[in-house]
Parts: sequence; C-alpha cells; structure tokens
Amino acid sequence: MKELLIIAIGSAIVNNVVLSQFLGICPFLGVSKKVETASGMGGAVIFVITIASFITGLIYKFILVPLNISYLQTIVFILVIAALVQFVEMFLKKSMPSLYNALGVYLPLITTNCAVLGVALTNVQKDYGILTGVVNGIGTSVGFAIAIIIMAGIREKIEYNDISESFQGTPIVLITAALMSIAFFGFSGLI
Amino acid sequence: MNGCTERVYNGLIKENPTFVLMLGMCPTLAVTTSAINGVGMGLSTTVVLVLSNMLISMLRKIIPDSVRMPAFIVVVASFVTIVQFLLEGFVPSLYASLGLYIPLIVVNCIILGRAESYASKNPVVLSIFDGIGMGLGFTVGLTAIGLVRELIGSGKVFGFQLLPLADVASGQAGYVPVTIFILAPGAFLVLAGLTALQNKVKLNAAKKGKKVTEAAGCGEGCASCGGCSGKVFPTGNEKE
Repeated sequence: MKELLIIAIGSAIVNNVVLSQFLGICPFLGVSKKVETASGMGGAVIFVITIASFITGLIYKFILVPLNISYLQTIVFILVIAALVQFVEMFLKKSMPSLYNALGVYLPLITTNCAVLGVALTNVQKDYGILTGVVNGIGTSVGFAIAIIIMAGIREKIEYNDISESFQGTPIVLITAALMSIAFFGFSGLI
Repeated sequence: MNGCTERVYNGLIKENPTFVLMLGMCPTLAVTTSAINGVGMGLSTTVVLVLSNMLISMLRKIIPDSVRMPAFIVVVASFVTIVQFLLEGFVPSLYASLGLYIPLIVVNCIILGRAESYASKNPVVLSIFDGIGMGLGFTVGLTAIGLVRELIGSGKVFGFQLLPLADVASGQAGYVPVTIFILAPGAFLVLAGLTALQNKVKLNAAKKGKKVTEAAGCGEGCASCGGCSGKVFPTGNEKE
C-alpha cells in the first residue's frame, strides 16, 4: 500500500508528466485557455489513461508475453489506445449522455496525446504489475490535470496583462510553463 | 526549382516543423538537453518519416479511405519499432539517453500529419523528398535548441568543452554553467525565446507590408495539426 502511494504521488507531483517529462505538451498548450475547458480535458485524460493503463497491462501480461512477441508493444498499444478512445466515446454517447457532453469534445484529441502511450510504455519498462500500472496511470493523469488547470487559471489572468507584442501568444505561455516547472522542482525532495 | 529540391526547401525553411509549424513539441522539449541528442532524435524521426512517407505513398491507391488512419499508424509504428531495435543494437548510448521518446515517435504529429496531408495524395519520389525535407527541418530545429541549451547549461558544444569552467577550489576564473538550462524549465525558456524572436521577425515583416504565412500548429490547439486529431477508426456517422 505504501509503495502504491509513493508511486502515485511520485508520478502526479514529483515527476509531473507535463512539466518534467514533456508528455502531452500539445493539449497543455492548446486547450488551456479557459479553466472550464482545461478541467474537461483533465477529466477526459484521467478517464482514458486509467482505462488504457489497465487494458494495455492486461494485453501485455496475458497476450504479448506468453506469445513471446513483446517487441510488438508499440504497434499493439497505439492501436489499442486509438480503438479504446473511440469505443469509450461511443459508449459514453449511448449510456451516459451527461458525461459525454462534458468530455465528448476532448476525447478524439486524446489519441495523439503522447501521455497515454507514454504511461503504457513506462509501465512495461518499469515492470509494473497491473495494479501498480493503474495506480501509476491515475497518478500521471491527475498530474496532467493539475498542471493544465493551474495553467488555464494563470492564462485567464494573463489576458488582462500588458505583454510586449512579440511575446504574446505561445511565448508567454511557454515562459509561464517554465516558471511552473521551476516551482514543481520544489517537490523533488518529497520522496 | 524542380519538385524534389522544392520539397526539401519547403521542409527546411518555408514550413520548418519546429519553428514555423510548431509540431512535435514533446520530443523537441524533452530530448534537447544536448546537441548530440537533438541530432539523434532528429535523424531517427527523419528515417521513420522518409520510410513511412514512401510506403504510404506506394499504398495510397490500395488503402481504403475509411481505414486510412489505422493503416498509417500501423505503418509508422512498424518503422518506429525497426528504428528502435537498430538504435538499441548499434548506438546503445544514444538509445539510453533518448529512452521512452523513441517509441513515442509514433505519436509525433509531424509523421501522421505528413502522411495524411502529403504522402497519401502525391507520387512516391516527391513524398520521399518531402520526408527528407521535413525530417531535416526537424533535425535542424532540434539541433539548434540543443546547441543553445548545451552551451548555456554546461559550456559544451557537441560534448566538447568550449567555455572553460570556473574552478572554485583553485580559484581559476571561467564560465559558471547555468544548470537550469539542461533541466526541464530551460527547455520551455529557450523555446519561448526562439518563438518570440520568430514573432518579432514576422511583426517586422508585416509592418513592411510583406505577406506572412500563418503558422498553423499545436500552439493554436491540436485540432489544427492535420490528421493527428479526429477519429482514427471510422464510426460510420462522420460528415464528409
């Protein structure tokens, strides 16, 4: 139990997926203009990564390893994730329309969020079991949600600031990310 | 200018994936702690890009339109796996320092973007040169960022100590490296500086009344990187 907690906190805060591993930069920069959309994206990512790390863990352990074809992991994982995202989307649309309305727009964007594939591959590389893998997935995606929501909050305020012309848009967002990343370095002594 | 050199010029300068299109930001920020890593990542991506462009262009009349994205992904993922094994076997040190980011070439927007927007519509030779141009453009971008970070962060260029380091113990004067530039925040700072510089150039050009090509890229939201958003598998109810 203690180990699981350490893995969860480690992947959520200490090794934050966006700010220290640079996975999922695209949505982090693209969908962080408003807190509302950012939390939608964060929720969708938590949802998909949790399921994806469970399913890829199962596939790796019970299909790829017994058949001795674990070298196919990249191909299998990306196809599984792509199919899974669309399956989740269709399932939500049919059975949970309210959740679909909240997350629906963000789901297709997640296929190419490298954090999803990144978590699946990290779980394999670090020899995590299925439970540990899912905990790592939850931790990582919560870390993503924390980062993107904080970023959106800051960007809403930046709107009112007077920024020199050439730094408007992406550059000021990147500088904000740099400062957040420095702040998150403060957590590195936590574990 | 004939078609092939035009493609290379287009990838290197006009639509440079790193500085103009802002595609493939994950590896751009993550592996550019040194110039060597930048070159390694850039060249690996180039190899995958050229081969996948070639194969996808060859198969463009065979792959049915409705399943093209999964087909592209399988092609790209296979080449990535091959490149991963070659790197592991022949340059294990580079493989160790690039680590997780080699298999993640699969989800690099540049590759699927080029497959969707160029290779699936154009003949084989042109697609190969498009891959070479885009790949080299990406390599140049990564190397440039890597050079800046390595020089400021450790005073080295391609592993060679360009600026002699200060030694506190013997009181020798020299360069004190700004370590933060090799750490994560440095990546964001250097990229922010470079995009601001590019904005400046664009603004100046706009003031002189020149036409500037709009950058469409991940900075504007992933929806605009061609082919890498949207649905991978057809659900049967897309509006064409």
